[in-house]
Amino acid sequence: MADPGATPSPTLSFNSISMVFPDGTEAVQDVSFSVDRGEFVTVVGPSGCGKSTLLKIASGLLEPTGGSVGIDRENLGYVFQDATLLQWRTVKQNVELLAELHSVDKAERGRMSKEAIDLVGLTGFENHYPKSLSGGMKMRVSLARSLTRKPPVFLFDEPFGAVDEITREHLNEETLALFQREGFAGLFITHSISEAVFMSTRVLVMSARPGKIIAEFEVPFEYPRSPDLRFDADFAHLSGEISASLRGAHV
Amino acid sequence: MSTDTVSPDSEVRVQGRSRLSTLLATVLPPIIFGFFIIGFWYAVSYGVLDADRRFLLEPPHKVWQKGFADWDNFSELLDGLKSSARVAILGLSISIVLGMTLAVVMSQAKSIERALFPYMVTLQAIPVLAIVPLIGFWFGFGFKSRVVVAVIISLFPIIVNTLFGLQSAERGIHDLFTLHHASRLTRLRKLTFPNALPAIFAGLRISAGLSVIGAIVGDFFFGQGDIGVGQLLRRYANFLQGEQLLAAVIMSSLMGVVVFLAFGWLQDKVTGKWYEHGGQDV
Repeated sequence: MADPGATPSPTLSFNSISMVFPDGTEAVQDVSFSVDRGEFVTVVGPSGCGKSTLLKIASGLLEPTGGSVGIDRENLGYVFQDATLLQWRTVKQNVELLAELHSVDKAERGRMSKEAIDLVGLTGFENHYPKSLSGGMKMRVSLARSLTRKPPVFLFDEPFGAVDEITREHLNEETLALFQREGFAGLFITHSISEAVFMSTRVLVMSARPGKIIAEFEVPFEYPRSPDLRFDADFAHLSGEISASLRGAHV
Repeated sequence: MSTDTVSPDSEVRVQGRSRLSTLLATVLPPIIFGFFIIGFWYAVSYGVLDADRRFLLEPPHKVWQKGFADWDNFSELLDGLKSSARVAILGLSISIVLGMTLAVVMSQAKSIERALFPYMVTLQAIPVLAIVPLIGFWFGFGFKSRVVVAVIISLFPIIVNTLFGLQSAERGIHDLFTLHHASRLTRLRKLTFPNALPAIFAGLRISAGLSVIGAIVGDFFFGQGDIGVGQLLRRYANFLQGEQLLAAVIMSSLMGVVVFLAFGWLQDKVTGKWYEHGGQDV
């Protein structure tokens, strides 16, 4: 499945990726970058600039029309925009889904789901159905589901866009805690600059259609990052720079 | 459970009273309206119709006396209902198996759906009356033909609702299954089929009622063998037995209601715990 020509070293690499849809829409143009273990890279850009397309290409859901991707697709964490839970399954059953699809035996599944549910702080909710959970809790279940596979790469497709701001900040902090603990390579998509700066080791700015990487910012802050970082002067300064380059991208 | 100011005892009483009042609020309006209907019925029987034309709409108490309280008549009606119920249940069972199988097959490929769907619509559009003679030729004039009519009438909602349900799973969840190399069968078992359950039950409730109608209509045309409600309706009409005719109408609609409620109960048992109604009730 993985591109045979790719070198094994970076965990995820895009090599001159282009994507033109059958209807002629040019979504992505000549995008190259890589993400390594221990890196958390965020792509910000205006709506419809092809950010999500990048993740679909990385995961193999879409075949790019040009370029190649270096990635091991056998074990990939993918967190979707929606929690994508199966509403007829309890929290525990939802978290166990991927292990089930990979034919992991029942005892092991139970152990994996317990650990993942603990990690996202949903202990006690194992037997709840999604309809009784808040939006933020559903996203946690979705995270826990991916965590059971302990993937070395995590793709996040604007996962916290639909929750309120306070919940979003909490989820950001929790995702970072997981990132530090598990040490995966993270590729995160968002249109929120403060979310991008708070989470990432690196922020890439993507232009409007066709999507190109037009700027790259290193984020110098140490992990673990405290919630107060959001009110730091350096944080504000960096956010301002990214915002300026994004505004350029919008023209 | 209890608060500081209210003793548990009085709390129970308050709760009990409010439960009673909500019960009354649900039950009273239809009861009151029921009285209006009965009043209107009497008004037509005695006010509008002359004595010699009263058989067109016999008053409620006469319907009760001859149709329900007279055991000979009522047991005949019950036997008819039993026979029609048997046809309806068998017809519905065939519709469920056939309809769900067809829908699953159609959901597997757009080309299969395109090939079959026009014929389903055509089958649905044929008035039963038009194919009654054919059904008679092919399946005889008894039990089998009645079942066939029940199937023809109740099949379509099951196909359409099951197909809709199978196709309504979120795109993102499909992507998740794709990423984890789920087979067709796994996808059906773990995703599309359970996801379709609420829609399937919506279809079942419609089809269950239709299968009762189909059984009675079939019985009306195909009179050999057991005597069902359809044959009774025909006979009561021929002999101008208005009371028994109305009793038969009431009992057959009751049978439809019972079936509808039974499937509602089953639906709640199966999907009630997890299904989030997206707006209107089914």
